[in-house]
Parts: sequence; C-alpha cells; structure tokens
Amino acid sequence: MADISLGGAAHSVGSIQSSYMAQVHRRRLYGGLTLLIFVVLMVSGFNIADDRNAGGFWEGLHQIGDYPADVLSEAWEKRADLPGLIAKYFPALVETINIAAVSTLIGAIGGLFLSLLGARGLAKWPRLIAMFRRISDIMRAVPEIVIALVLIFVLGGGPVPAMIAIAIHTAGALGKMFSEVAENADLKPVEGLASTGATWFQRMLLGVLPQVAPNYLSYSLLRFEINIRASAILGFVGAGGLGYELRNAMAWGPGRFDEAAAIFILLFGTIVFFDQVSSRYRNRLTEGQGQ
Amino acid sequence: MTAADLSLTKHNADKLFQRKRLIGFGIPAVIFAYLVYIFFAFDISGLAGRANLDNAVTLASDSWSHKVHVTRDNRSGEISYAVEGERKGRYPEGQRPGWVSGDEVTTIDLGGDHIVRYLPDNRTEIEIPGFPMIEVQAEGRSLTSNLPADLPDWISASNRRIGITTPEGRITMTGARTEVFNYFPGWELFWFTLDSPYHGQGLGTILFGEQIDPTRSNIAGAISDWWNNAMWRHKDVAWAIGETILMAFLGTMGAAIIALPLAFMAAKRFSPVMMLRAATRRVFDFVRGVDALIWTVVLARAFGPGPLTGALAILITDTGTFGKIFSEALENVDQKQIEGVESTGAKPLQRYRFGVIPQVVPVLLAQILYFLESNTRSATIIGAITGGGIGLMLTQAMQTQKDWEEVAYYIVLIVVMVMFMDWFSGWLRGKLIGRKD
Repeated sequence: MADISLGGAAHSVGSIQSSYMAQVHRRRLYGGLTLLIFVVLMVSGFNIADDRNAGGFWEGLHQIGDYPADVLSEAWEKRADLPGLIAKYFPALVETINIAAVSTLIGAIGGLFLSLLGARGLAKWPRLIAMFRRISDIMRAVPEIVIALVLIFVLGGGPVPAMIAIAIHTAGALGKMFSEVAENADLKPVEGLASTGATWFQRMLLGVLPQVAPNYLSYSLLRFEINIRASAILGFVGAGGLGYELRNAMAWGPGRFDEAAAIFILLFGTIVFFDQVSSRYRNRLTEGQGQ
Repeated sequence: MTAADLSLTKHNADKLFQRKRLIGFGIPAVIFAYLVYIFFAFDISGLAGRANLDNAVTLASDSWSHKVHVTRDNRSGEISYAVEGERKGRYPEGQRPGWVSGDEVTTIDLGGDHIVRYLPDNRTEIEIPGFPMIEVQAEGRSLTSNLPADLPDWISASNRRIGITTPEGRITMTGARTEVFNYFPGWELFWFTLDSPYHGQGLGTILFGEQIDPTRSNIAGAISDWWNNAMWRHKDVAWAIGETILMAFLGTMGAAIIALPLAFMAAKRFSPVMMLRAATRRVFDFVRGVDALIWTVVLARAFGPGPLTGALAILITDTGTFGKIFSEALENVDQKQIEGVESTGAKPLQRYRFGVIPQVVPVLLAQILYFLESNTRSATIIGAITGGGIGLMLTQAMQTQKDWEEVAYYIVLIVVMVMFMDWFSGWLRGKLIGRKD
C-alpha cells in the first residue's frame, strides 16, 4: 500500500520535474532568441545609421569634446561679457517659457474637455466617446514640428505658430492621461449632483474636477516641463524664442561662441530649474492624494 | 456645544468660504490676466497683418491638386508640356496631354469654354466666356495686347507681364515665354512617371494583362518603376521613415541599456556610498538638463549630419531620464523577494538577476516602450535639425514652397508612422507584460 503510493508519488514528481525543466528550457530558448534578435537589430541598426551618417561614429568619437571645448574656452576668454549676453537673451528666454506656459494652459483646457467627453460614465454624449478619443489620438500623433512648419508658412515666424502647435499636441497627450484618471473617479458625487438636477457642466465642475484636480495639475506640470524643451527646439526651425537665437548664434560660428554659450547656460538653467520646481510640486500633489 | 464654540465654528466656516471664493475667482482672474499679457507679448493683434492668407489658399489647394504646364519658349517657339513644370514630370518627345490639339496653331482647352491658342509668331489668343477675346503679341522683352485700360481683378497686366487667373487655370505671359497652367485634382504621377511604360495602365492590366515591357515581367517592372519614381521618390521616403524609426529605436534602447547599470548606482538600496549615488544622480540631471536640442547641435559637429547623430542625441538625453525613472523603480523594490533568493545561497549577481530584475522589468519595459513612441516624434524634429529622416524631407519640401502635395504626403506619412509606433508599442507592451486594463 505504502509502496504503491510512494512509487506513484515518485513517478509524478519525476514527471513534474521533467515537464518543469522542459518548460524552463523552452523559456530560456525563447528568451535567448528574443535577446539574439534584439542584439542583431541593435548592431545592424547601428551599422546602417553609421553608414548613412555624414561622419562615422569611430572617426567622430574623439571629436565630441572639440566643440564644447571651443565654446567653453571662448566663453571663458570673454567671461566679462557673459552677464551682458545673458541679459541680452533673457527676453528670448521669457518668450520660450511663455510659449510653453500658454500652450500648456490652452492644451490642458482642451485636454480637460476631451478627457471628460471621452471618459466612460462621464461623457455628455456617450455615443461620441469613440470619436473624442480618436480626436485626441490624432492630436497626439501629429508631431509639433508639422503643425509649426505649416503655420510658420501661413502666419509668418514668431511665437504664435509654436504656441498653437504645442497646444494641439498637449491637448491630445493630456486628453489621454486625463481620461485615464477621470475613468477612475468616484461616480457617487456625480450621481448625487444629477439627482439635484445639476447640468452636465455643473456635475463635472462640482463632482469630478475636485477629485481629479491634483492628478490633472501634476500631469500638466510634467507637460509644462516637456513643453519648455519643445518650445526651445521649435525655435530652431524658426518659431521664435531661445532656439531661434541659438540658430542665429550658431550660424555665425567661431567668434560668436560666447553668445552660444550664454544661450546654452540660459537653456540649461531654465530646464533644470523648472524640472526641480515641478518635481517638488508634483510630489506634494500626489502625496496629498493618499490622505 | 456652547454658544462660544458655535460662533467659533461659524467664524471658521466663514473664513473657509471666503478663501474658497477668493480661489474660485482668483485663479480664473490670474489666468485671464496672463492671457491678456500674452496677447500683447505675442502681438496677436498684429498677426492678421503678418499672416499671409494667399499662402494658406495655395497650401490648401495645392496639397490635393496638381497642375500641368504648357510652356512656349518665345525665342525658339518650342512648346513643352510638363507636370508641375518639372523636368522629371515632362511629357516624352511627341506626346502631349489630350486637351491640347493642333499643329500650326496649338489649342489648349482648359475646360468650361476657356480656350488658349498659341499662334505662330509668338501671338496668343485667349477666349474666356463673358469677356472679349484677348490677343497678346510678344516682341523681344515686351508685350502688346488688346486689354482695356480698366481690368477686372483677375487680370494683372503691364507691358512686361500679363497674368490671368481663372477658375479653370492660370495664364502668365512675358516676353520670353508664355505659360498656361491647367489644374487637376489628385496627386499626379504618384504611381508612375510619364517615361514609365506602365503609366496610364490599370492595375488589372499590370497584374493579369499582356507583358508591357518586353525586357521585364509586369509586376517586377511596375514595382521597380514605382519604387524609383523620380517625382515622388518613394525609395528615399521609405528610407527616410526607416531612418527616423531607427533613430528612435537606437536612441531609446541604447539609453535603456546604459541607464540600467547606472540606475543601480543611483539607487539608495543598492549603492551604499553616498558620494557615488549623488554623483550619478547629478550626471542624470546634467544630461537631461542639456536638452536634446543642445546635444544635437554638439554631436552634429563631431559626427556630421545624419541618423547616427540623432540617435546619439536621443540616447544621451534619455539616459538621464531613464536613469532617474529606473532608480526610482529600484528604490521601490520589495526586499522580501531578495531575501528569499539570498536564503538559497545566491551570490549578489544572482540576487539581482532573480530577486530584483523580475520585479522591475514590467515598470522598465512600460517606460521604454512609451519612450519609443514618444521618441519617434522627437526623431522627426531632431531629424529636421541634424539632417536625417522624414523630418528633413518635410522641412526641405516646405522650404521650396512649391510641392505642397509632397508636403501633404509627408505629413500623412508622419502621422501614420507615429500612430503605427503608438499601436506597436502598445501591442508589444501587451505581449510582454500584459494589458494594463
């Protein structure tokens, strides 16, 4: 009796072990294959990129430091001028920050409406949920540079094309993040408000917004950080602000490196500053949620 | 509850309401004031003056239509026909569009009874319904015409140049040449250029019909002619999109590979030396703070323009971002699993492999895939600056201010590419770590 049960147990342990080992081997094989494909993709991708680049990777590697060194040494020679140059480019910096701030503001308002209209359980027109989601998907998919270039052609250079372009992208991106938060909102206050005869607008303003505001603010701050970078980079293709000044300073080449250095310093300082400020406030906003 | 308590509560409640009211009106007021400031700082009122609505009209109409030029060189008398007036869109010798007829007198039928005739000796006749026949004679560098003194606004005329714009087409005349532009909807020669034998053949004929080009099979020939289409450059466009995706892929994955070991050095739990931790974090902050824009500029000096420069710029910037995110994920790792693995006698490397990595991989993969999609968009912009990928083609097409249908084509492709990457990264995330919802 005992022998039989023992034998049966040993047999099943053996089969379990062998099937487990087979599974482990198969998983390792798949894992190894995935890794191999990944490595092949990386290496061949690197080689293609290297081939199609004007200068090669290995020839350029030791030159990485040259340009920063040139800029820094020239800026150091003319260090007396730096405060003046920083003051000179400060208005451009303000423009870059303004572009980011306005587009975040407009984008957040747009994203707010898109998210509420696209959230299950909250939408004013439940049939149109899919449509509003597609709208925010498309707005998110269009890179800022596309809209910015088209608008620069129509409206002329300056901050407005960049502002509109970033705002459209922000509305789409925030619309998606906001609607994920809004779908998790407690519906009881909304129902309570509905029972008093509140309109859709009042239900959202009084029932949903107080719940989601900390998260929305935190996402908007993160977006503001991203948008500062975007507005600087769009300046480079002609949309005003610090990026535009940087392109002009770069076009002059040696002799104006002190100007480039001043712009680098301003941009770096701004990004780090807003990075720190926004991460501190975001922490405070999301910490408050647990209580 | 005493009266004193009650009045205190009421006082507090009043204060709370006051504060709420202040916030309720204050925040919108601040936003409004800021927008007013922006209105003046960005000179929005002057925007109407700077905006060029003609550009908008050209953009809107040219992006879905094309024009065929019929050009007479008034010196040689030669007449040429070309799509968009480009050499690569020129009709081969002896061929011309069906709406042009006649030998001595070339008659161009623009449709809607608008007819232009190129007569011998550089004379031109233009028939427009509801307007007397216009006759123009080109001599040397000047023009003589029978146009009346007061002209409708769709005709502009001087003795050097006459321009007529009608809904059916446009005519410009100078001493040197006479040109007629006939507009058609659609993207011209999208499949085959005029010199390809497959131009004008239906899909059925190419797939199942007789062999058109004796030297090549129909399908291979058609694909090769389409791929090498000089007008739309499908091959270059495909390469450019590939380059953009490659930049995003190399940049994101390279950054993740570099950031992972560094993140261990920056996480409190795995790196006991405070100095090392702080130093690594400062490095992350630095490379993140020196934005992709500056990295692109700096790297372009060392490596020259191209996709590698863009990939490296993305790589360096994202190493900082990933390092920060990864080290935060590593700090939140559950100690119990590591202890469990340790109790089996695992060495430190094995503890990381079996105790830590399985916990953080889902978080890291989700972030990497999200960045892959977002970097496709960044790569478009960086490509425009550093000179690689579809971003460069788009900026070039915009700068020539001519081929708006190509601009429209690139925009559509970019949007499709980004949406594809969005879908793809979501799909991959679903496969690797399970659906989020």
